Amino acid sequence: MSVSEPLVSFRGVQKTYDGEMLVVKDLNLDIRRGEFLTMLGPSGSGKTTSLMMLAGFEVPTHGEITLAGQSLRDTPPHKRDIGVVFQNYALFPHMTVEENIAFPLAVRRLPKSEQKARVARALDVVKLGALGARRPGQLSGGQQQRVALARALVFEPKLVLMDEPLGALDKQLREHMQIEIKHIHDNLGLTVVYVTHDQSEALTMSDRIAVFHEGVVQQLDTPQGLYEQPRNSFVANFIGENNMLGGTLEGVDAEHCRVRLDDGTLVEARAGCGDGAGRRVSLSLRPEKVELEPQGEIANRLTARVKETIYHGDHMRVRLDVVGNDDFTVKMRYRANRVVPKPGDTLSIGFAARDCLALDAPH
Amino acid sequence: MPLAGTGASLKAQLRRAERMRKLRAFALVLPLLLFIVVTFVVPILDMLRLSVVDRDLATVWPHVARSIGAWTDRSQVPPPSVFDALATDIRDSYRARTLPLAARRLNYAIDEGRTLVFTTARRLPETSADWRATLIGIDPHWGELATWAAVDQASGPLTSFFLLAAVDRHKTADGHIVATPSGQAIYVEVLTRTFKVSFIVTLLCVVLGFPVAYLLATQPPRRANLLMILVLLPFWTSLLVRTAAWIVLLQEQGIINHALIWLGVIDSPVRLIYNRIGVYIAMTHILLPFLILPLYSVMKGIKPSYMLAAKSLGASPTEAFIRVYLPMTLPGIGAGALLVFILALGYYITPALVGGAADQMISYFIAFYTSDSVNWGMASALGAVLLTATLLLYWVYDRLVGITNVKLG
Repeated sequence: MSVSEPLVSFRGVQKTYDGEMLVVKDLNLDIRRGEFLTMLGPSGSGKTTSLMMLAGFEVPTHGEITLAGQSLRDTPPHKRDIGVVFQNYALFPHMTVEENIAFPLAVRRLPKSEQKARVARALDVVKLGALGARRPGQLSGGQQQRVALARALVFEPKLVLMDEPLGALDKQLREHMQIEIKHIHDNLGLTVVYVTHDQSEALTMSDRIAVFHEGVVQQLDTPQGLYEQPRNSFVANFIGENNMLGGTLEGVDAEHCRVRLDDGTLVEARAGCGDGAGRRVSLSLRPEKVELEPQGEIANRLTARVKETIYHGDHMRVRLDVVGNDDFTVKMRYRANRVVPKPGDTLSIGFAARDCLALDAPH
Repeated sequence: MPLAGTGASLKAQLRRAERMRKLRAFALVLPLLLFIVVTFVVPILDMLRLSVVDRDLATVWPHVARSIGAWTDRSQVPPPSVFDALATDIRDSYRARTLPLAARRLNYAIDEGRTLVFTTARRLPETSADWRATLIGIDPHWGELATWAAVDQASGPLTSFFLLAAVDRHKTADGHIVATPSGQAIYVEVLTRTFKVSFIVTLLCVVLGFPVAYLLATQPPRRANLLMILVLLPFWTSLLVRTAAWIVLLQEQGIINHALIWLGVIDSPVRLIYNRIGVYIAMTHILLPFLILPLYSVMKGIKPSYMLAAKSLGASPTEAFIRVYLPMTLPGIGAGALLVFILALGYYITPALVGGAADQMISYFIAFYTSDSVNWGMASALGAVLLTATLLLYWVYDRLVGITNVKLG
């Protein structure tokens, strides 16, 4: 088997629970050996169902999943050799931390001495060396999370699945654990499939992100690719902050296109949409890429009315009414001598053609 | 305000602030507390008192009770003064018509005790120079040490007679505690039988109830509710009706025998009732919900993710069940089993109706002494022995399982 061959691949996988609605529609996805892949999407988008099918707790109603080239169709969950970290950790309350971590080794009938050594090593990896004799109930949420992680890693599975493992932690701890999980992934060379609905978590941790929506992978790309080259308006809106302006396509010229906004202004943009004049498109503009009162040469200029200003310490958010979109947000870097716009002011905004992406309008 | 040095006053403030709340909380539990004290604690204490207090004879025969202390040399019959007192008392109580009370009390301890007392009373002369000779002349039993030992033990105010009898023991004339001859001993066997029946019923309940509770806990809510109603249905029927229904079902010409014959399992009707089998079947059926309910509520709290986690970690479904699920249900099994066992210990109606003579449990005898023979001392003593044995067992259970590990819901 060559290195480039995917570790896991979903081929035409479908899943329905009630025989009427497909929760997962035609999923095709390759997961590479050693990568950190995140399934990102709003709740009900099919990401957890996909993960559960990979773990073996749900059966695909159509299609096939392979792990290391072998079909998983007839492999029960306990023979798949896949570690799973659950949302609520699912630590066994009647066992100590050590017994919990030793569980996968005990059911594999490893010698006691080997079990002990491996448990100690796993506890070291998650920095919980001293807490082996405690019960899960006596640990904090973050510590329980680490135990769950150690338990899923200790038997050196081919693949580790994590289903919103940080959902129950507070923000600070969550951010800390994100980095820690990332480090463990890098150090141990694991293949991780991670499920979350938190886009900043996905951006922080992942090598690649699969954005799920309505049972379909909308885009599979690196964090940077998703942010800068969203394939459609759902991805553009879901990843990072985004402003949308509706318009009609006038013409496409290689990578660039011209879009007529609803007030008649002509805008130059990057083309991320299909071809053909007269097509409805949405312009995607990131808040930090739009300039207020631009000086000098700039491709596009629009007039805006200030609705609200919000102070954010290092920057200021200005909510504007631009061509009928009254929720158009611009991030303004804070400078000492800068005049802060007041609600009701009229000002001009400008942006470069490369910072404005024309996408097919959502149906 | 500095905290150092003001600790006492802070505590006082806290107490004052909390006082109203505590009083209100206490007022709310007061009705229940009074109810429990009046209907539960007082009767139990009174029952325990009745098992050791023995005043019947002392009330009816006050002179004997007072003078029996003069009987110091236990190797021969009491001194003449005691015989004098006995004669006076028998005559007095015969006239006052209270003699039957004394006769009944002596009858507990001596065979033919009633006859002895009544014969003596009837033949008693007006006067006698030597009451000892006269009384022994009337009935030679008065010259026996055993008779006097019984009179002495019955003279109160406290006695160990009933408690000893409840464990098949009695005191001899010279004060030794000996086992009652096997022909007359029954209570130890009844007590053992009570515990054995309760234990087997508990075991049957666990074996039958576990799968049902599991089914209830794993079904979708709508179906689970329907099944739950089926489990609870017997609860809404009177105990007597349910027991009577079993009599109908289990009798030799009943549905079960007919069905078994029709299916070819047996050739002729099997005896399913008025024996131990009937007791086990009926009691298990009646007590099953008490096991299912606490077990169900514990199982309901076990998230499915535990089993999924166990499987993902490499445990086969059987192994996951034994290593993960079963240990987590133990508090429920413990609670249900304890509940069923303790309820079974006190069962009376069901064994009385579907059991044979050799299947009666201790409650039957308590009821017999309370309502049939009006021997409250014996009833109380049996009750006290049952209570002690149960508490002892509870203590052992607490030691083995740990009562904090028991979850009723």
